[in-house]
Amino acid sequence: EAVTSVGRHVMTSGSRWIGKSVKRVEDGRLLTGRGAFIDDHPPVANPFHAAIVRSPHAHARILGYDVAAALAMPGVVGVVTGEDVGKGTRPFPVGVTAPVHYYPAATDRARFVGEPVAVVVARDRYLAEDAAEAVVVHYEPLPAVVDPERALAPDAPVLHPAVGTNLAGHRRLVYGDPDRAFAEADVIIRERFTFPKYGSTPIETYGVIARWDPLDGVLTIWSNFMGPFIMHPLVSRVLGLPENRLRFVVPPDIGGSFGIKTSIYPYLALIGFTAMRLGVPVKWIEDRREHLLASSSGTDRVAYRELAARRDGTVLGMRFRWYDNVGGYIRSPEPGCSFRPTGNFVGPYRVQHLEVDASVVMTNKSLTGPNRGYACGHLYFETERMMDLLAERLGLDPVEVRRRNLIPPEAFPYRTPTGGLYDSGDYPKAFQLALDTARYEELRAEQARARAEGRYVGIGVALAVDPSVSNMGYVATALDPQFRAKPEYLPKSGAVESASLTVDPLGRVIAILGTTPQGQGHQTIVSQIVADELGLRPEDVTVVDEMDTFTRVWSISSGTYSSRFGSVGTSAVALAARKLKAKLLAYAAHLLEVPVSEVEWTEGGARRRSGRGPTYSIKDLAGRAHWNTQSLPEGMEPALHATAVFGFDVARAVDPEDRVNSSNTYGFIAEVMAVEVDPETAAVRILRYVTVHDAGTIINPMIVEGQIYGGALHGLGGALYEELRYDDDGQCLTATFMDYLVPTASEAPTIEIAHLASPSPLTTLGAKGLGESSSMTVPAVIANAVSDALAPLGVRITELPMTPDRLWRLIRDARRRTA
Amino acid sequence: MGELVTVRLTVNGTPREGRCEPRKLLVDFLREDLGLTGTHVGCEHGICGACTVLLDGQAARSCLMLAVQAEGSEIVTVEGLARNGQLHPLQEAFREHHGLQCGFCTPGMLMTILDFLRVNPDPTEAEIREGISAVLCRCTGYQGIVNAVKAAAPVLRQRGA
Repeated sequence: EAVTSVGRHVMTSGSRWIGKSVKRVEDGRLLTGRGAFIDDHPPVANPFHAAIVRSPHAHARILGYDVAAALAMPGVVGVVTGEDVGKGTRPFPVGVTAPVHYYPAATDRARFVGEPVAVVVARDRYLAEDAAEAVVVHYEPLPAVVDPERALAPDAPVLHPAVGTNLAGHRRLVYGDPDRAFAEADVIIRERFTFPKYGSTPIETYGVIARWDPLDGVLTIWSNFMGPFIMHPLVSRVLGLPENRLRFVVPPDIGGSFGIKTSIYPYLALIGFTAMRLGVPVKWIEDRREHLLASSSGTDRVAYRELAARRDGTVLGMRFRWYDNVGGYIRSPEPGCSFRPTGNFVGPYRVQHLEVDASVVMTNKSLTGPNRGYACGHLYFETERMMDLLAERLGLDPVEVRRRNLIPPEAFPYRTPTGGLYDSGDYPKAFQLALDTARYEELRAEQARARAEGRYVGIGVALAVDPSVSNMGYVATALDPQFRAKPEYLPKSGAVESASLTVDPLGRVIAILGTTPQGQGHQTIVSQIVADELGLRPEDVTVVDEMDTFTRVWSISSGTYSSRFGSVGTSAVALAARKLKAKLLAYAAHLLEVPVSEVEWTEGGARRRSGRGPTYSIKDLAGRAHWNTQSLPEGMEPALHATAVFGFDVARAVDPEDRVNSSNTYGFIAEVMAVEVDPETAAVRILRYVTVHDAGTIINPMIVEGQIYGGALHGLGGALYEELRYDDDGQCLTATFMDYLVPTASEAPTIEIAHLASPSPLTTLGAKGLGESSSMTVPAVIANAVSDALAPLGVRITELPMTPDRLWRLIRDARRRTA
Repeated sequence: MGELVTVRLTVNGTPREGRCEPRKLLVDFLREDLGLTGTHVGCEHGICGACTVLLDGQAARSCLMLAVQAEGSEIVTVEGLARNGQLHPLQEAFREHHGLQCGFCTPGMLMTILDFLRVNPDPTEAEIREGISAVLCRCTGYQGIVNAVKAAAPVLRQRGA
């Protein structure tokens, strides 16, 4: 069997559906071509179609536009230029204090290849693209810079004259006493790492449809956005619309996102503005070239790491110095690239002394934002490589070095030095489960035999704390404490989601959510939870999870990002169901003429605890309550409806010492991988890959494991194949899927999954998120495995992706050194 | 605007026709002129495979050909697989083995696999992986899809026999 699943799924008492691999209700429509994705979605009759004119230059002053020829072409409605955007909108607020003026299109200067400079609207897309080719933009090319360290050199071209430097922001965070830890250390390890710029490239690209109603003053935008999140207020501000005049609607199906579709929001503003300006409904579907040139990706990073340890392997302190490359403008929620993992900077280790020196740099590359594993792939690649380097220096097994530093199970809930509150876990046990599942000792014996035969076989391990449900308060870590101390500064915190349930007169339930799933099966999971809470079958529950900011209950942090749903979304659903059940019990007590304390909820419905008298099924109660309101007890609100809004008490604003609980629930990942490297072709073959996850209560193992498979392959892509490459002039070299290599089934390894379940005390069902999962560990585990395989040659991986050419050069250079 | 031409073809067993520009892509013709939005556009340059349909029985990228080139052809799209409310065995296997998450690549994946299993009805796992490598999926890590193909192959063999 290719896939094994061991361990135990914790179930809440009396659960019939939670913990079961219930087949997905989403699948029927998606398998038969009846999904409703944005490009299939006809919310507006006969929309006009937009094509976007984009900068061919990485850096250029815009001198003027010549749109007459385009306007004269057949079917063209109008052209909106960057100059129009500059005059008619306000710049997006950014997450730093530097005066970066980021508009939905280049206004006077283009700062990366692919930046929008004009929008052409025509009767259909073919005509719009014809006319887009006829738009002439006059540019004065400027020198470009793409490397984050070179961009900080005194002679580097400066992208934003108003900022005066390419440094968008810089913070030095100090926790504990790192200087002392380094002074007292027996060993100090130093290394430089680089992490590549890559994105998850969902197969469905961005899509936006906008309709402006000038009489109501309402702009409605349909899109495959995964917010509203903080981006609804941002777009509202850019367009100068009150928030209750800006309606975001998300169609039922989104074709993948993995964080990338949070960054669609500049296009919501751009297409919204275009619809307002031209007075027609406008539809824009991004093409793949546009997506690879100008949608979003994670940052490329240069990291300098230092680690101080005792001779016995105890890590005393760490220093991180980061240069995160956010491209031409710093776009919210950046600089989350540096600060999203603030609470889990130390990962699963007890280390107390830490210094983080984070520089966020602007260069002439495309913009960045959340990408699966947001900032954690970078973090753990560096930390887990450092742990291996420490093991090598001390002559210890990499497993042993980690064991000596793990946070022990009795320490939970555990407060990290950086302000994180790890809610639950048993890291040593989960690690052991991974080692046992992989049969680590046997793998080492096999490796020794392979090495004796001259084969390059290596074994890697990697551990990670898997944060879920971002507390949006972390973003303020980017601001100086002095700035945050000003009276006019407004602190930020929170992680909220809502759910509403209605029981119809036949006792079936409609659940309404404002989440924006992109393949995670929210409808299925909600039906399982509601069925368990109310004693129904999943098929008795209809789930509507289409976001509409005019009709859903939502707050600033709402949306489907940072692995939120499994934790905060499921909590809201369970709470709403419990509210509803409480009302049904109160009503039943009234009908039974007993105090509510004497009534219990059984599978069949409500009855007296003594078992005497009738049992009122949910169908009975619903029928009576709806058809005869006279039967309700005095003071009871008519109708059977409940809304719950769930938030976390532990989501607090960043404190004056830069400590913040940056996420709300924290899972754990332990991985073991064995690889063989062909020294002639530098091809990496995965022999064995085991991943253990502790995400608390598992609601649907099938869906959970699907997330793990997918997350692992994203990590593998970034580790071996995927990179948005640029030449020194800022031209993107990977603007097609011919050049940007996405793993196919032939590259995908067989994955052995095992689970441990340490329920979260903070969520209603004990569940934590795990959507990002192994995307954050695979770069680390495979880099460790490849380094171990090539240890006889002295090759140490410090740079990703490990493409064959890069790895081949390392092997060649190592052989020359040893020859 | 270019001159319009009439395109006649058979889609999912039904004769269809529409008028479009000669430059119109087959996938846009299927989606916009015939209203069959089950076939998806993922890259428009023939790599991702989301737009794959069966053209005279063989898998073809509908983003890499013009509608006029399909004149007189028999096309099967994802909408043509389920019959009388019953999922096709391959669709059933996808549901059973979690072969889809967001569902966007799924139509192209299904059509590609049908052609693959026609040519190779009893594939090994390595052959399955090679066969479906013509379609990119970013959700599943392909594991559920591979399992679904393994499960569907014997059912389809039996059906074909």
